[in-house]
Amino acid sequence: MANITVDGTCCKGCNICLTVCPKGIFVKSRKRNTYGTNMPAVENAEACVGCRMCERLCPDGAIDVDTEGDK
Amino acid sequence: MNKLYEKYIKKESLPTLFCPGCGNGIIQRAAMEAIEMNGCKEETACVSGIGCSSWIPCYLQLDVIHTMHGRALPFAEGLKLAQPDKKIMVFTGDGDCVAIGGNHLLHAAARNIDLTVVMVNNNIYGMTGGQKSPTTPLEAKTKTSPYGCIDMPMDACGLVMTLGASYVARWTTAHPVQLTRSIAEGMNHKGFAFIEVLSQCPVQAGKNVWGEKDPAKIMDLYKKYTYMTKTGEVDPAGARSASAIEGKLPIGVFRNDPDAPEYLEKVEAKLAECGIR
Amino acid sequence: MDGKPEKRNEVVLQGNEACAKGALYAGCRFFAGYPITPSTEIIELMSGEMQKAGGAFIQMEDEIGSACAIIGARWGGSKSMTATSGPGYTLMQEAIGFAAVTETPIVIVNVQRGGPSTGQPTLSSQQDIYQARYGSHGDYEIIVLSPSSVQEMYDFTIRAFELAEQFRTPVILLADEVVGHMREKIVIKDGTEEIKSEKHQYVVSPQEDFFKGANSTVEGQLHDDQGRRIGHIASKSGDFIYNINRKIQDNIDSIASIDTYCMEDADVAIVAYGSVARPSLNAVKHARGIKDDRFMSKAKIFRDLFKRGVSETLSSDYGHLKVGLVKINTVWPFPEELLKQATKNVETVIVPEMNIGKYSREVERALRDKKVIPMSKCGGDIHTPTEILDKILEVEGLDEEVK
Repeated sequence: MANITVDGTCCKGCNICLTVCPKGIFVKSRKRNTYGTNMPAVENAEACVGCRMCERLCPDGAIDVDTEGDK
Repeated sequence: MNKLYEKYIKKESLPTLFCPGCGNGIIQRAAMEAIEMNGCKEETACVSGIGCSSWIPCYLQLDVIHTMHGRALPFAEGLKLAQPDKKIMVFTGDGDCVAIGGNHLLHAAARNIDLTVVMVNNNIYGMTGGQKSPTTPLEAKTKTSPYGCIDMPMDACGLVMTLGASYVARWTTAHPVQLTRSIAEGMNHKGFAFIEVLSQCPVQAGKNVWGEKDPAKIMDLYKKYTYMTKTGEVDPAGARSASAIEGKLPIGVFRNDPDAPEYLEKVEAKLAECGIR
Repeated sequence: MDGKPEKRNEVVLQGNEACAKGALYAGCRFFAGYPITPSTEIIELMSGEMQKAGGAFIQMEDEIGSACAIIGARWGGSKSMTATSGPGYTLMQEAIGFAAVTETPIVIVNVQRGGPSTGQPTLSSQQDIYQARYGSHGDYEIIVLSPSSVQEMYDFTIRAFELAEQFRTPVILLADEVVGHMREKIVIKDGTEEIKSEKHQYVVSPQEDFFKGANSTVEGQLHDDQGRRIGHIASKSGDFIYNINRKIQDNIDSIASIDTYCMEDADVAIVAYGSVARPSLNAVKHARGIKDDRFMSKAKIFRDLFKRGVSETLSSDYGHLKVGLVKINTVWPFPEELLKQATKNVETVIVPEMNIGKYSREVERALRDKKVIPMSKCGGDIHTPTEILDKILEVEGLDEEVK
């Protein structure tokens, strides 16, 4: 179980995370980030395997994956 | 915000000027992670030129010189000579490094001076609005090649290998783990470490060069049109024959030669030999 | 004190060598350069001596690289310098603008040769006088020193490093081929001078050297005190431009320097800088009937007089001419107040220079109530004292009498 957060002040809505997550945890949403574009929502976070590809491939450092024991 | 960003980014400078989906942010994070892996934040300074990719270090909490177009390498060489024990990273783009700064690239590689150069290759002049760059593939239509590019794209990795750069690698933004490892290796490597990163420019290069505007799909193309090599497998002549559209482009660490004599070591050895130091 | 005479380190040096020695004394510990006539002796000497002094030397691939490398090295904490001439100086212009906007203290030596373009590699000129001031694009003020002797090559190089650190600005040492290749006996100093780089109140940019934990951002775009770009904000950018210009303009009093000779009772002044100040001084001495202790130059003047057919008997007429010399040491920023003060009693000002007459325009602007006579000489030859004497006679209305 991971705690995945998407920071709306950083996210620019490029949707790379939607494609790179092997478990399809990120989905499109109607929620707006501070730039006014649609930002992803996190669904089904318990499926996360902790590969952190979303973190590595988010160009704006908006995604933080906090797995258990990770500080 | 990501924990790594919390530590390394100058928050007051945000947002970055990169377009949504730009590969520069991915490379920025890879560089941060590499510095974190090496634990050398205090010993690292960054130098960059002009262009989108040269803004990468400007958001980092490090000593940074954001220099003139094409001249990042001479600035970095001066800084390195003044501070020989420190790690100097250079962020530069394909136009910055190969076109206007080509002469400096040749000489820095031939000296094999201890720098870590990250060349972000997006195959286009992005900041000025999408003109042909030295790495734009043949037939690509850009703002300054409206009928299709006729200039043979240059291969920077092959070029610096022929001149004696002792660490040469090429990765793409679709290979962030390998890229991070390569940057970390390059920083620890004594010698000229040249890391080319194919990076998507969804806005300016997207449609005309790759036929695709979606950054994630361009990254898929990077996976599709590249093949992995082992260290030392690619000879410079072979590397030159590939381009991003036709055929597949080799990626990987092409050369990692820790025994190649480094410029500052050569200087010290010569001075010792002559009894000056 | 045991009454011994003070030890004087007197040596015979070439101007270019004196410049290199001066830089080493001033604590310059990084030199990057590219060979170009007539400044090559500086890089040659530095290639051997810099590393002995514990510094670093590199021969770069071009002058652009040289100018950039010294800026990089300065942020690494080493006082740094490069030297060049003519076309090389043109190539360095962008880096000079970068140093001005990032407020990096560097010293660039331009041993002028004739231009434009490849021009006259082996002959002298003062044609770069305006390029030294306004060579790079954009508004910036700069400090330019112009030496007229080998001793001044040495002293002004040291002064250039002091001014660069004091005002966080690039400083140009605008020498020329005549001074660069001349050999004279000069007094040099032992050891190394400690030039402190204090935080300057007028400086806007970050000032802390690298690797001191300050996370300095050195930014070529207009920026604030943290190095963050403000180039897209018109009001802040305007303040920045005014600041880096006022930094020099408002401190002209502590920068500007001129020397005057026989100006107390003069009614004609010669305003000269660089090597042209030498024949000018000689002409003044002749006009005043002052005995020149240097036999050779005296002999040369008589030879000139003889060649030019000026009757020798008339040379005694010179003795009563009230002529003085104002030698400009800091050509930029223009020492306007000092010049006005020095020339307040004269009516006529002659400005001999080895170019098309560029500096005389600035003199004319400053001295509006005087008659300013440009005395241009192009082609690579320096003015002879006789030519300047002739001009003085012409001005005094004596030329017809002489002929």
